[in-house]
Amino acid sequence: MTPTLSIASLAPALPEIYLAAAICLVLLVDVFAGAAARRVTPTLTLLVIGVGAALTLQYAQVEKAMTLFSGMYVADPLATLLKLLTMLFVAIALLYSRHFLETRGLLKGEYYVLALTAMLGIFVIVSAGSLLTLYIGIELLSLSLYALVAFDRDSGVAAESAMKYFVLGAIASGCLLYGMSLVYGLTGTLLLNEIATALQGPPSLGLIMGVVFLVVGVAFKFGGVPFHMWVPDVYHGAPTSVTLLVATAPKIASFALAFRLLAEGLGNTADTWIQMVTIVAVLSALLGNVIAVAQTNLKRMLAYSAIGNVGFILFGFVAGTEQGYEASLYYTVVYVLMALGAFGAMLLASARGFEADEIEHYKGLHARDPFLALILMALMFSFAGVPPLVGFWAKLQIFQALWESGHLALVVFAAAVSVIGLFYYLRIVKTLYFDSPGDLPVPERHGAVRLALGLNALAVVLLGLFPQTLIELCVQALG
Amino acid sequence: MITLQHMLTLSGILFALSIAGIFLNRKNVILLLMCIELMLLAVNFSFVSFSRFLGDLDGQVFVFFVLTVAAAESAIGLAILVVLFRERRSINVEDLDTLKG
Repeated sequence: MTPTLSIASLAPALPEIYLAAAICLVLLVDVFAGAAARRVTPTLTLLVIGVGAALTLQYAQVEKAMTLFSGMYVADPLATLLKLLTMLFVAIALLYSRHFLETRGLLKGEYYVLALTAMLGIFVIVSAGSLLTLYIGIELLSLSLYALVAFDRDSGVAAESAMKYFVLGAIASGCLLYGMSLVYGLTGTLLLNEIATALQGPPSLGLIMGVVFLVVGVAFKFGGVPFHMWVPDVYHGAPTSVTLLVATAPKIASFALAFRLLAEGLGNTADTWIQMVTIVAVLSALLGNVIAVAQTNLKRMLAYSAIGNVGFILFGFVAGTEQGYEASLYYTVVYVLMALGAFGAMLLASARGFEADEIEHYKGLHARDPFLALILMALMFSFAGVPPLVGFWAKLQIFQALWESGHLALVVFAAAVSVIGLFYYLRIVKTLYFDSPGDLPVPERHGAVRLALGLNALAVVLLGLFPQTLIELCVQALG
Repeated sequence: MITLQHMLTLSGILFALSIAGIFLNRKNVILLLMCIELMLLAVNFSFVSFSRFLGDLDGQVFVFFVLTVAAAESAIGLAILVVLFRERRSINVEDLDTLKG
């Protein structure tokens, strides 16, 4: 291959190049701004993300898939869509967390820089065209998240959860790498599209071993049962603003990882991984929803609910059809939108010296703060999959994909666990509206955050009333 | 004559040892970090042997990246360990039990 490299040909990789440069800028500004950094850095970070989104829209759009850097980097409509969504979700998360960090003396530049490096990691995963880029992206994302979880240096619980996250995450990376090395050895290439063409015909024993390790790695990163041990501890132990970051945008990365690796790279030998993914999906949906019922801590409950939702995302991969991947993508986006709202509401309900993370902290929130209670109720109904909210359409898409690929038993199973889910989500609504508030504090105002949260909940309602727009977007991105 | 099979067996043994080390170790967190390092080295060994027998350099390039990332990973792991030790005055794995996953 003759290298013809011009500046213009790099345009599809502009989001990553720009973001890497912008991270250095934010880091420098934060250091040199001194005492003013507390005001400058958060705003600058949002500005950087905004400009990034504009640049991506303007210059990095591609009509159909193309590769850069000898095939290591893929630019396709899916990558563009996922990057734009990631920027949107990270920006919202940072907006929600500012006052929380401020009241706890955690408002430091590192937080924003680490959030941006995590975002860069997600970008690299989303655009990965080879095993190497995939690995670098995963590590960039994971290492930033480990540091973020341990960010509150005075909290022993946070340090403990960061340690667990780190050790389990490192094992996951190790398994993923071992699987990658076996696949490399059998195909002689690191490029995902070449792997796809090389792997035809019946799988060898070595390939099956490699795929087992890859699926274990992917399941770990997703937080699917039986590799979910880190999820509740990290959600619970990390400061709530970090939980918000860990629970949202990285799910997009997990989807991209599974899609690039399993659906694209190993698509021709799907028989080798579908069975394993089915087991992980069924166990996740079941255990996540059942154990969530027993939780008294809202963060832990949402962690188990995340595990249950990961099961649903993986059901799309079990279907293994174009429609299945579309449903999976749609479900991921919808889930992240709802999780953003839920954790954002938790941040708003917390005050100085008061962490609203137990379910009983939400008793009678309606009497104290009707607006926040209304938002949480909308989100809980949406999580539960009550029509006409967006959560219903997400579940429906998954059911349809499973149905049309002939997995009737799984449709029945998924519907059954959704009913279990209904119970614990509605219990929150009952706590919000029918329990007496006692002497719990009234949440503070924070106008901008309230507005953003209101828009977030409105999006959940509107996307539920008019589901076609987002579904079409997902279909176009994968089509 | 050393064949690919010998090298892969060694890599597999190293990998299994590191996994066993992580799950059997009940003593301290430093040992966990060492096991993680061993795990990555086992993978590197497998990459290098494949690369050698395939006559393809990509695998060895991959190893450079893994080594670099492993260094960053240990740096972060040790930093978290320092924070943990300051809070708990202990690096015993059994003391990491406030949160029950």
